[in-house]
Amino acid sequence: MANLKTVSKKSKAQSMGMHSEVLTGRTQQKFFNPDEAENFYYFGTHDVNFNKRTELDVKDMTAPEANKEIDNLMSQGYGTIVIKNPQGKHSLGVGILNKLNLIFEGSLGYFGMGSCDGPIVRINGRVGWSCAENLMAGKVVIEKNAGSCFGAAIRGGDLICKGSVGARTGIDMKGGTIIIGGDAGAFTGFMMQRGRIIILGNVGINLGDSMYDGTIFVGGEIGSYGSDAVDAELTKSDQEWLKRKLRVAEIGEKFDVSKMKKIVAGKKLWNYDNLEPTEKKGAI
Amino acid sequence: MAKKKKKISKSITLKDQQLGKKKETAREKMIGQSIGYRYDVNLLPDYTKITPFLKKYVEAMGWDDLNWLEDVHMGYEEGRPAVFCRNANGWVTIPKSIKLPNNQQDRDMIARELLVKFQMSPKHPLVDLKKAYLKF
Repeated sequence: MANLKTVSKKSKAQSMGMHSEVLTGRTQQKFFNPDEAENFYYFGTHDVNFNKRTELDVKDMTAPEANKEIDNLMSQGYGTIVIKNPQGKHSLGVGILNKLNLIFEGSLGYFGMGSCDGPIVRINGRVGWSCAENLMAGKVVIEKNAGSCFGAAIRGGDLICKGSVGARTGIDMKGGTIIIGGDAGAFTGFMMQRGRIIILGNVGINLGDSMYDGTIFVGGEIGSYGSDAVDAELTKSDQEWLKRKLRVAEIGEKFDVSKMKKIVAGKKLWNYDNLEPTEKKGAI
Repeated sequence: MAKKKKKISKSITLKDQQLGKKKETAREKMIGQSIGYRYDVNLLPDYTKITPFLKKYVEAMGWDDLNWLEDVHMGYEEGRPAVFCRNANGWVTIPKSIKLPNNQQDRDMIARELLVKFQMSPKHPLVDLKKAYLKF
């Protein structure tokens, strides 16, 4: 164990092997030509047509059966799929890595639309916990209310709830945009690392608690700020972006965005680095 | 009855958020490693700078805007301009043949275009992984 007291300031990190450690991971030499043929979809995904439409009644299906059937329909080129009778089933529509227009005529249970990358989804009902968890890209619109952990750990895309949402919305989010037309519960933006949350209504206690980065915009009242969440200046560029995003979300187009509050990380929690665990061990 | 605590208004200015421009702290000097992001990860895209390729991509996907690409910015890896690919969990360095403009917004659009091309390429590392590990 390196003794912190005996090494000079300059060589402290070196003596602990910090500078010889590869922090960036293993380099992989993968070459590709940026001028190769234009391709907008992942390699090996289905070529679908938005104008080719079908309906799927999932009343008597389990969630895995329904999800497999959605995949099967995509493989046949269907680009618009209407799901009838979802009846609050859990884990519906998960893992879609394709361009797709998906419409649910009803409500979803827990973990609906999880781990998706690309689809445009409309849910004409409510959703349970962790809707669109880990969303990578695409647009998910919920016409009514959503449960807790709405948009947990999303990395990209637009997640829109026209009603109100439960607690811990956008927990651990690493990108993307979450837009709430109504109110949001406690611990909204808890541990968020990147991305943006827009709440047109009121928000509960501990907003943006322990947030590392990212931005939260609030139109209504804030219950209380969480640890390291602070106010920031709302710029013109923010306002223009908010107006555009609310148009995309089909809500609050006439909302006065100039009166919104902007909350960011105070960056007091930006202390952790690779040397810290070694120092802690050295102190014991 | 407990006394009401005075509200302390905390605010941070725009200058504080310019991460790429901040001075190295004593801690960063000591550890030889920068803390936090080295460029503004919250910079919003300027849609007047969108490239024809990205326009076509957004249209093909049926989205209204850049969607997930709003979070993509040009960064740098080992002193070279690069863009982070979340699917490969690594940096994709920009070919030397591509001349980079001085404007951050223009650079970000190039980064977005390059990243889409890389991710959709049959030479992307995930294609090999999929072949090796795909279960269903």
